[in-house]
Amino acid sequence: MKQLQEQVGRNPEGDNQIIRTSVRLLVPFIQLYGLYVIVHGHYSPGGGFQGGVVLGSSFILLALAYDLKTSLDFMSERVNNLLGNIGVLIYVGIALLCALLGGLFLDYAALARLITMAAEEWHSLGIFLVELGVGLAVMSIMASLFWDLASGGDLEEGL
Amino acid sequence: MKTFALLATLVTGIVLLYGTRDFAPWGDPDSPANSHLSPVYIERAVEETHVPNLVTAILGDYRGYDTMFETVVIYCAGLAVVSVLRRSRS
Repeated sequence: MKQLQEQVGRNPEGDNQIIRTSVRLLVPFIQLYGLYVIVHGHYSPGGGFQGGVVLGSSFILLALAYDLKTSLDFMSERVNNLLGNIGVLIYVGIALLCALLGGLFLDYAALARLITMAAEEWHSLGIFLVELGVGLAVMSIMASLFWDLASGGDLEEGL
Repeated sequence: MKTFALLATLVTGIVLLYGTRDFAPWGDPDSPANSHLSPVYIERAVEETHVPNLVTAILGDYRGYDTMFETVVIYCAGLAVVSVLRRSRS
């Protein structure tokens, strides 16, 4: 209790130790849940968009409970932008690859020419890969929207 | 200019509302979407895609083109915000 009071005393801006500790404990579980929502989209409600939003919100929670710098330590802006680009490229790339391999645009069964699998299995795997791309893109854009809007664009100091 | 913008918005809105008059009634079992599209999805989705969640099967496979541009739209929004707002202090 004394330790807690000292820590509160050292943060005169009103930072709350309880909020910080609980957020630090929660964030790994939130991210794990986001991954679960993306991966389990085949069997339960969920998918790329929802899972990506959950993943992105974990970084927003970090930025709210600590400050902008801490959330940027967990995920740097450069990596974040890269992941967003990769996410969209995964989706469009798979669609184009299907067309280049002789199938229709976004016809995942054409990918069987790369790795031989039944058409249904490729449809299932293709949906998963595409959802993964959507999840990455949505996560990155959620986080970068918050960072830029909260700090006015200089990523120095947020809410 | 402001009145012109308001007028353009109102006219577009009225045209869109007028267009909804041609929609099939809500939940009509005889509408084209319900009479031959939905049964095909429900019957064939699992055996064609091996995805038990019908929503994911339609979103990611049958309507994959739509979902692709949804992602691109979100990406463009993020890109626009970053390119307009992002600046370094130095």
